[in-house]
Amino acid sequence: MRTIPAAALTETVARLCVRANTQLPPDVSAALSAARRSEPWPLAQETLGLLEDNLEAAAAQNLPICQDTGMACVFVELGQEAYIDGAFEEAIHEGVRKGYGEGFLRKSIVADPLRRGNTGDNTPAAITVHLVPGDRCTVTVAPKGFGSENMSRLAMLKPADGVEGVKRFVVETLRQAGSNPCPPTVLGIGIGGSFDKVAYLAKKALLRPLDQPHADSFYADLERELLEEINALGIGPQGFGGRTTCLGLAIETAPTHVAGLPVAVNVSCHVTRRATEVL
Amino acid sequence: MQYKLRTPVTREDLAPLRAGDTVLLSGTVYTARDAAHQRMMELLDAKKPLPFPVEGSAVYYVGPTPERPGEVIGSAGPTTSGRMDAYSPRLLDLGQRVMIGKGARNQAVKDAVVRNGAVYLAALGGAGALAARSVKALKIICWEDLGCEAVRELEVENFPLTVILDAHGGDLYESGPADYLAHT
Repeated sequence: MRTIPAAALTETVARLCVRANTQLPPDVSAALSAARRSEPWPLAQETLGLLEDNLEAAAAQNLPICQDTGMACVFVELGQEAYIDGAFEEAIHEGVRKGYGEGFLRKSIVADPLRRGNTGDNTPAAITVHLVPGDRCTVTVAPKGFGSENMSRLAMLKPADGVEGVKRFVVETLRQAGSNPCPPTVLGIGIGGSFDKVAYLAKKALLRPLDQPHADSFYADLERELLEEINALGIGPQGFGGRTTCLGLAIETAPTHVAGLPVAVNVSCHVTRRATEVL
Repeated sequence: MQYKLRTPVTREDLAPLRAGDTVLLSGTVYTARDAAHQRMMELLDAKKPLPFPVEGSAVYYVGPTPERPGEVIGSAGPTTSGRMDAYSPRLLDLGQRVMIGKGARNQAVKDAVVRNGAVYLAALGGAGALAARSVKALKIICWEDLGCEAVRELEVENFPLTVILDAHGGDLYESGPADYLAHT
């Protein structure tokens, strides 16, 4: 058994909250830059250039890339031979409190969905934990803005709807989203599992780097076809028109029931943030 | 076309603007999001004055990140405007002339824009660090308890914006993609 002090977990989460909100993952900024180079529509190309300028402005002025510094989604892969010495979840919440406070990040969480009331420190975090072999603890903070989150959709399709039904649902989700999610978007797509699992798969898919296609060529092909169809919609950067409606997407799947074909689309934006450290 | 505008603005100032034009906006801009709009409606229902002079005003849908010591503002890009659709027509009918945000508006807002000779302008969604450069001063004027949603008075200089809805029924979110598709 390897002991990891809860305070170390807190420090890691705090650091990751700040890093994720100020530095875009290299695969996302590379995708943005590649999209600018290949965008055929002048206004769209100019808009993509401004989004790249924003990344530089954030770095130069020590500012968050986007003012919606998001709900702190924290993913932990905890080794079965690692022992967290202290209150596990509280250590993560404390890390969010510290990171969002010291990092001058926006506090965007309300304590109750209907009665509202800002918690003032961006807690609680949305925590997902998986037990894995080994004695390490891998922590990923993926702050999620709600301009794009609000455009996400889930459907319980019929098995007969098949791959075409899934494609129709995904493309229709982007058509309906239009200019709202700050295109160009990044999409996490879940297929299979159960009602709750498919939403988790979609969220998890957003953690995969955009330059990593699905390992199964059937799904890698589907990812490529979906990207082409979405980028034929014409919505373009910011909804002003153009080719680049989506920078990239990832599909995650799980076994499902004989009677079902769940599909979920978690919509994210050109500021798709994630930062990871291993304890 | 690019236009330079200074708030407060009149119907006449806005009449030349067309969807797709760009604007460099200077002057005072008030911030308000969902919760502040809700409270403004309650004030109007109670026949009480709004927290700022509404005639000719510009309202920016933004909740900035906290400013670091010595800085004017944090990151300050637009939030999704559609959440303000329920409130905007009433404010436009009272004289608000400029809405700043991002994302589509409903028909009631489009009608109110045309009826009042107003405009809806987009700031770049997700480009909060860039937007911060245009803000020269910031003051919280009410509802500090709302945190990032408190109403702030901003002084902006040459804030770069794009005309989405104009006073003549134009909508860039419809015409922009249609133009692109017609050329491909």
